[in-house]
Amino acid sequence: MSRTLVVVGNGMVSHRLVEAVRAEDGHGAWRIVVLAEEPRPAYDRVGLSSYVGEWDATALELSGSGYDGDGHVELRLGDAVARIDREAKVVTTEAGFEQSYDALVLATGSYPFVPPVPGRDLPGCFVYRAIEDLDAIRAAAEQARSHRGRAAGAVVGGGLLGLEAAKALRDMGMSPHVIEMAPRLMPIQVDEGGGALLKRLVEGLDVTVHTGTSTSEIVEDRGRLLAKLGNGTELDLDLLVFSAGIRPRDQLARDAGLDVGERGGVVVDDRCRTSDPSVYAVGEVAAVEGTCYGLVAPGYTMAEIVAAQLAAGNDAATFPGADLSTKLKLLGVDVASFGDAHATTEGSLEVVVNDAVAGTYKKLVVSDDTKTLLGGILVGDASEYNTLRPLVGSELPGDPASIIGPAGGGGGIGVDALPDEAQICSCNNVTKGQITAAITEQSCDTVPKLKACTSAGTGCGSCVTMLPKLLTSCGVEVSKALCEHFTQSRAELFEIIAATRVTTFSELIAKHGKGSGCAICKPTVASILASMAPVIGADRHILDGEQAGLQDTNDHFLANMQKNGTYSVVPRVPGGEITPEKLIVLGEVASEFGLYTKITGGQRIDLFGATVDQLPHIWQRLVDAGFESGHAYGKALRTVKSCVGSTWCRYGVQDSVGMAVALELRYRGLRSPHKLKSAVSGCARECAEARGKDFGIIATDKGWNLYVCGNGGMTPRHADLLASDVDDEMLIKLIDRFLMFYIRTADRLQRTASWLEELEGGLDHLREVIVDDKLGICAELEEAMAAHVANYADEWKGVLDDPDKLARFTSFVNAPGTPDPTISFREEREQKLPVLLGIPAVTGDGRS
Amino acid sequence: MTMADVRTWTAVCEVATVPKAFGVAALLSGGEQVAVFRTEAGEVYAIGNIDPIAGAAVLSRGIVGDAGGVPVVASPIYKERYDLRTGACLDDESVSVPSYPVRVTDGVIHVGSA
Repeated sequence: MSRTLVVVGNGMVSHRLVEAVRAEDGHGAWRIVVLAEEPRPAYDRVGLSSYVGEWDATALELSGSGYDGDGHVELRLGDAVARIDREAKVVTTEAGFEQSYDALVLATGSYPFVPPVPGRDLPGCFVYRAIEDLDAIRAAAEQARSHRGRAAGAVVGGGLLGLEAAKALRDMGMSPHVIEMAPRLMPIQVDEGGGALLKRLVEGLDVTVHTGTSTSEIVEDRGRLLAKLGNGTELDLDLLVFSAGIRPRDQLARDAGLDVGERGGVVVDDRCRTSDPSVYAVGEVAAVEGTCYGLVAPGYTMAEIVAAQLAAGNDAATFPGADLSTKLKLLGVDVASFGDAHATTEGSLEVVVNDAVAGTYKKLVVSDDTKTLLGGILVGDASEYNTLRPLVGSELPGDPASIIGPAGGGGGIGVDALPDEAQICSCNNVTKGQITAAITEQSCDTVPKLKACTSAGTGCGSCVTMLPKLLTSCGVEVSKALCEHFTQSRAELFEIIAATRVTTFSELIAKHGKGSGCAICKPTVASILASMAPVIGADRHILDGEQAGLQDTNDHFLANMQKNGTYSVVPRVPGGEITPEKLIVLGEVASEFGLYTKITGGQRIDLFGATVDQLPHIWQRLVDAGFESGHAYGKALRTVKSCVGSTWCRYGVQDSVGMAVALELRYRGLRSPHKLKSAVSGCARECAEARGKDFGIIATDKGWNLYVCGNGGMTPRHADLLASDVDDEMLIKLIDRFLMFYIRTADRLQRTASWLEELEGGLDHLREVIVDDKLGICAELEEAMAAHVANYADEWKGVLDDPDKLARFTSFVNAPGTPDPTISFREEREQKLPVLLGIPAVTGDGRS
Repeated sequence: MTMADVRTWTAVCEVATVPKAFGVAALLSGGEQVAVFRTEAGEVYAIGNIDPIAGAAVLSRGIVGDAGGVPVVASPIYKERYDLRTGACLDDESVSVPSYPVRVTDGVIHVGSA
């Protein structure tokens, strides 16, 4: 008979605990009942602020948090536990549900601390803790916007959580005020110097900071709020968010007579046991030997410790204390704090480099002999965090001032200086030694292989830039050479072509490569020349002159080669919208030429089984009927899928078909490093599956949300939100820039998803380049796209109009018109299918 | 010399019909399909047109180039490279295609039986 484990609370730590017990409890000795107050399964509360913009709660879901299909776990949502009867070992919920337990784990987390300000309960005052809080803040902001066109908001609290909340308000379109009682922002993490710079940087982002003062009163004022600050300032506001810290939710434990700490929290020992041997506490509610931890990582450690005791009977593990180091990007400003950041160690010394021009503040705390690193603070640029944090407690490889000073090249410490036990990936606890072992013993010679093998860099991603350095330090050369004929990467060849205006492959290989080329470099260069043709003045048609010989067979015959050497034909059907007349033409052509027909995933029709010599005849019919090439054969824009949108659908909020057609016509024929797919959905229901595309657009009631770098395929990836609520014009500008930046910088055959993965700085950098125009190249990118759009011409029409190009579409040069004798078909499901040479069809079961 | 005498030569096309670094397909009198190539350097080669791995007559439609100086064509199906001089597959030793003698007379390419 199994025993019952009751878990009170269903946050991230609770979920980790249940997962860990289930992983270790192979025999199912425990039945687990999770009792949750919140209405939804555990979600990523750490990532709460990312909810703003997409407003998609499913994006915050933790995998497996519903425990679907696990008969050992019962999850009861939306009904908080009201009391614990420790004597009877029974808990009772608010709704009156009773549950007995053999073991009880309290994982109730914490609640937001709201300072006792008069007026704090007025409508318009919020806390910042759960998805529902953000929904409420959003509703208030929108209401204010509908009345006054603009919402004014303030955040009480200038610590980590307060700045997170300020970011959320800013992402909702406000210019928030931040009110912090301490003399500086983030008083726990940074010192006075760091705080001063942080304030300056944050104020540059449209945030008004009030430090050294508190909110003395909030009053209602003509339907709005008036916040009076201690320093005399008065703020007219529509909403105010308290985000001034958290307190452990220990009331349940207090009522049950468990020991609680002086500053709150359920007192537990280093194995997370409370004063009752059947009751444990983990996460933010637990005061481990008197200290509560407001971070998720220590909570996870506690969850693992308790799970080991319950499921494996193993009580060897004890709580080792927690590394409270943090590295954050708050409102786009890097802030990192690690080790003994405030130099509390006796005799410790501080070395500070404060560069007001560069906007960086760096402090190292070292031992009195300046040899051992104890901690540090980095503001404005935290790139050295990855190498410095693992060195805490170890000897520094050089003079501390030169490590953080501009004189040291700003390079900090090389990876070689790190000891093997230095933790590189703190999300997944991967050490340098584990990574170098994967490189040298398991021959992981690329960043993606290292990620797959060690999990390093798969959490927050902040350590990804360390991986290539470790590869290099292990002697793995990350070669960028395109092939044996070019030592340059695709991106470098692009720059060479753009700068020197070389317009032919032969000139390029003579000047910058060697040999005569191959099936890798020829199509790559052909693609670059096609992308740049209108800008550099290269031949316009991809089969003009020498370019024809560079093309892969698909591009060469403007059709997709299938396994028996025949081709399939895909005319463009923009947005998937097609007239009945055109649909009939497709059917007639397929019937006349005996082609197998299939609807594609991109909302168009594929006609299979055409021989080389049939292609021009088929296309003559199609072009006459108003069709044009669909570029299904090219590394180019394929389709822009759409749902039916607001014109027909009861739920649609924008005309998704119209936008899809416009985008498909704008970018048709655009050659790129790999195929490009897109989709437009008319509402948040997302029927067009836009987030599985290289660029996906989802309608909002205010405009469009643009998502980039998704794909389906072998490694599916949801696209990331790049911009929200933009209008038509801005949407097209951003896509123009995005596509051209990708075409310029990606590797050969690199889809946008893996391009973004390897892009240094990731999505933030991408946003800086194409939204904020940090590199000042947006105008150039837009011009290049405008040239493409202006010069588009249908490739198939170009062939039909040119006898020289047409002459290449022949079966045998010495016997034109003779069909290829090796091509034969059989019939199945009333259509013809290819039969391959030497692979006869097996009759009987209808399969070959 | 005696060997050459028993060979059957098929006139395929004018050299100018095949652009440099290009291939065309031709039918020999015995019904065999050959892929005829002209390299960047202007040399003409002929090998079997049927890709032995894919089982489809497609090699004439591959990209012509070189691998370490060896003239090659890459199959358009799975990209294995074949030595235009010998028909040997560079990427899979277990397969090869036949190679055919070629001569150019009066600007016309002729392919001999294998």
